[in-house]
Amino acid sequence: MIKLEHIARTFKVGDELVHGLDDVSLDINDGEYISIMGPSGSGKSTLLNAIGLLDKIDAGRYFLDGTDVTELSELEQAGVRREKIGFVFQTFHLIPRLTAAENVALPLTLAGVEHEERKQRVNEALQSLNLTDRAHHRPDQLSGGQRQRVAIARAVVTKPVVILADEPTGNLDHASGIDVINILETLNKQGITLLLVTHDIELGERAHRIIHMMDGKVLS
Amino acid sequence: MHIDDVIQFSFHALQSYRTRTYLMLLAMAIGVASVILLTSLGEGARIYVTQQFSSLGTNLLIVLPGRSETTGGMPPIMGETPRDLTLQDVMAMQRSRHVKQVAPIVVGAAPVSYQQLEREVMIMGSTANFFSVRQVTTSRGQILPEMEISRASPECVLGYSLYKELFGSLSPLGKWVRVSEYRCRVIGVLEEEGMSMGMDMGEMLIMHAASAQALFNVNSVFRVLVEAHSQDEMDKAREDVISIIRERHDGEDDITVLSQDALLSTFNRILTALTYSLGGIAAISLLVAGIMIMNVMLVAAAQRTTEIGLLKALGAPRKQIILLFLTESACLSLIGAMLGLCFGLLGNWILQRYFPDFPFQAPDWALWSAVAVALSTGLIFGLLPARHAADLDPVLALSGR
Ligand SMILES: Nc1ncnc2c1ncn2[C@@H]1O[C@H](COP(=O)(O)OP(=O)(O)OP(=O)(O)O)[C@@H](O)[C@H]1O
Ligand SMILES: [Mg+2]
Repeated sequence: MIKLEHIARTFKVGDELVHGLDDVSLDINDGEYISIMGPSGSGKSTLLNAIGLLDKIDAGRYFLDGTDVTELSELEQAGVRREKIGFVFQTFHLIPRLTAAENVALPLTLAGVEHEERKQRVNEALQSLNLTDRAHHRPDQLSGGQRQRVAIARAVVTKPVVILADEPTGNLDHASGIDVINILETLNKQGITLLLVTHDIELGERAHRIIHMMDGKVLS
Repeated sequence: MHIDDVIQFSFHALQSYRTRTYLMLLAMAIGVASVILLTSLGEGARIYVTQQFSSLGTNLLIVLPGRSETTGGMPPIMGETPRDLTLQDVMAMQRSRHVKQVAPIVVGAAPVSYQQLEREVMIMGSTANFFSVRQVTTSRGQILPEMEISRASPECVLGYSLYKELFGSLSPLGKWVRVSEYRCRVIGVLEEEGMSMGMDMGEMLIMHAASAQALFNVNSVFRVLVEAHSQDEMDKAREDVISIIRERHDGEDDITVLSQDALLSTFNRILTALTYSLGGIAAISLLVAGIMIMNVMLVAAAQRTTEIGLLKALGAPRKQIILLFLTESACLSLIGAMLGLCFGLLGNWILQRYFPDFPFQAPDWALWSAVAVALSTGLIFGLLPARHAADLDPVLALSGR
């Protein structure tokens, strides 16, 4: 489903070129569960951002469901993000002034989904993550684990094909972290492809496939 | 994205930065309110002057000797001193069937005394017609009697404050006052009316035109007021007056006929221009408010970097982010403009209550153009911050780097 061919991403820091991604080729099938591991600065986030079309790439080709998405316009890339990709961040990135339900509804609101359908899908998403009784709380009234569950609800409410999670447990205690991973694994079992960046070896080894990275290169 | 969702999203954002939002609304409101108040001041001045002019009397032509060269150019150096207008000319003007009445005006200053009290005042020589043309009446006694225009007669009517100064509480009727070296009998006192067209009728003595000519030792008249029968006949009356005088002055067109309308429209033009410029000056404060909006929205974009990054990650394209931010500035300026409209109209109402004589009235164009300018400054100055927000790199925005 995801096919990367010789992807490169370089950053210019002063006069120096830093290789965020260096000739990365990768094939990811539908419904896979992959963890990406490696030392700090090895390019894990850069890889995830490239796959999520948040970052541009400098060389190589990227096929998503058979289309070369590097060729798409800004507007079309936004459409791909909206329809196929769900992000889960380490720091949640919930909008503080909106309630849990409104945060979950946000991608549907942006996509112009009708009120009725939006409401129904938000309720379903909240229910599947056991957040129904927190629907009208604002992020500052929720625990870290609850916030990350809201963020996951927001990622899945659009029914994406792939979830990109960059250290989703990084800001959580161990128990909440396990909880979040369990939720993500459940989603994966329902068919969503899952890419998980983590420093936690124990969590990383639960994946079906582990990708090791080093200095912008994929090792295995 | 549905438009109601866009508006709701913007409102949410504005609500969560309350102080800033209120300050912006205030700036916009002050801008709009000052446009309304200043233009209402200008428009009030225009209406006031117009009213003053119509109290001059209606269907009025003012004839003055000499042709005024309104087209510019050098005045003739040799010869062609304009012929004076005489009382005979005035009588001749009366012949036109479009003319209802004429009143000659002879003016000058002279000392007026009664017993030990003396005042230097303006002397107005005219006829009985003057009172009806200028729509002035006496509060006591009578106006100058009708009589042959060229006859002098020692009778006069005093302005109200002149009468007070000379006679105090005594009755002036039938008393003789001294005007320079002449004497005349007081037959009436004008109403306590005050100013009319810049002339203080209170400080004035009115006598027969022929008497005033004798007093000042002249044969001419200063002005002639000609009243036409109706508005429609003004042009005909003007033509008649000009041709009558041409006939009498050996074929020379040596008079100028002004109509009240011409004066009025000149003043109207000047004061309308004044109103526009006041509005323009006030609009500068709208511009300032617009720049404030730009500033605030730039700060908002900087503060909400991660939010913008998130919106992009959730699939919002550039133009949607521009739309969201523009809607925020549009809401600010629209609500600010509405508030300003309320403040302005309220201020107007208060001014009207405190100065009931002065017609404060904001012209309609000022109302809608203030709102339009407010909205467009909001949008124009909102565009830069909106594009700035839309151009943010989502990766940097989300990593907080
Ligand atoms: N915007 C940027 N400008 C310059 N260099 C960057 C930028 N983003 C990433 N890099 C560099 O690219 C390399 C990979 O960064 P990346 O964030 O992908 O690492 P990471 O594996 O996610 O590390 P961590 O585990 O600490 O999150 C690093 O050397 C980093 O310094
Ligand atoms: Mg990282």
